[in-house]
Amino acid sequence: MTTNRREFLKIAGASALTLVTPSLLSPLWARETVRIPGQDFTPVKALMAKRWAMVIDASKCPPDCTDCITACHTVHNVPDFGNPKDEVKWIWTEPFAAVFPDENHPYREQGLQKMRLPVLCNHCENPPCVRVCPTKATFRRPDGIVMMDYHRCIGCRLCMAACPYGARSMNFRDPRPFITKINPDFPTRTKGVVEKCNFCAERLAQGKLPACVLACRQNAILFGDLNDSTSDIRKLIGKRFNLRRKAHLGTAPQIYYIL
Amino acid sequence: MKNKKWGMIALGLVIFLIGITFPFWYGRGKSIAPVLLSLDTPAIAQLKEKRCVEDTAFMRANHMKLLNAWRDEVVREGKREYTAKDGRRFEKSLTGTCIQCHSNKEQFCDRCHNYVGAKPTCFDCHVIPGEVKK
Repeated sequence: MTTNRREFLKIAGASALTLVTPSLLSPLWARETVRIPGQDFTPVKALMAKRWAMVIDASKCPPDCTDCITACHTVHNVPDFGNPKDEVKWIWTEPFAAVFPDENHPYREQGLQKMRLPVLCNHCENPPCVRVCPTKATFRRPDGIVMMDYHRCIGCRLCMAACPYGARSMNFRDPRPFITKINPDFPTRTKGVVEKCNFCAERLAQGKLPACVLACRQNAILFGDLNDSTSDIRKLIGKRFNLRRKAHLGTAPQIYYIL
Repeated sequence: MKNKKWGMIALGLVIFLIGITFPFWYGRGKSIAPVLLSLDTPAIAQLKEKRCVEDTAFMRANHMKLLNAWRDEVVREGKREYTAKDGRRFEKSLTGTCIQCHSNKEQFCDRCHNYVGAKPTCFDCHVIPGEVKK
């Protein structure tokens, strides 16, 4: 059968119509988002900042102290799988050589070489994890917190490869059975999502300081607004010599270490 | 030859029609009892006015959309307080708000979700305080 011009145009027109039809009918099912009135309200008690940052005075850390780790992992339902391969961690300790590989040399003071420093997500100003995330599950808030939206995480682990600090952990198994006591105020994670420190964004919203800051009996961890020139941490890092982890990589980490 | 071809087409059409109308004639005359959702929890019993965040009809039709909107606004925009149409304010939280009243997930959430075959993944992560003992 040969198609003449008239037949061809008819078929083409009918085909084009099938493309248009869904958009004509769509109002029936396309009303997906419910916009909610009064959503600009911000609770007064919430702690707000232009740039959250943390100062860790590691010289105050007693050896083998795990107060900050325990507090954080209890509050955030971090599972303990009991083997280093599956380990999930939000805050943990590393030896000096691992925290500051560029600052280390064999003739460093012995005390410094033996020291274990608390490390966590650096909430970078220029976070590589955010850049590589294909679903925007991880994103940077205007106040500087690098957040995870576990609802969107597809478990591709690109962020883990991108993070130069190893601050991200994957749930290779369902974490629920491995949490000793579930804190009902914070969700657990599910199998196949990546998790990390969130600078206690949920506690800041309730006007509470991060769990590690409150748990530290030595006051070695300080938390505050770096943008505010009168804040404690701003004064402290202006006064004392401090280091940031792998700052030469250009990630602009926001955890400042005093040694 | 030509007739045989049409015969096959007709047979195919008949099979197709039987298949596509299957749910209509198979389920005819059968009735499935609607689910009874239990509102019998201590928190709801104490309420003077039995009103959810929004009115019942809205919640029944739109709770999933409301929860999705809450989720995105809390996690991505940090907006944690919801003002209902009647002016009351709520924390946008599944465990902190919804489950405080509807503490009977099995008799409330699950019953209807099972009935309509919905499989929400909310509770894979969000915690029902009573279930912690498990």
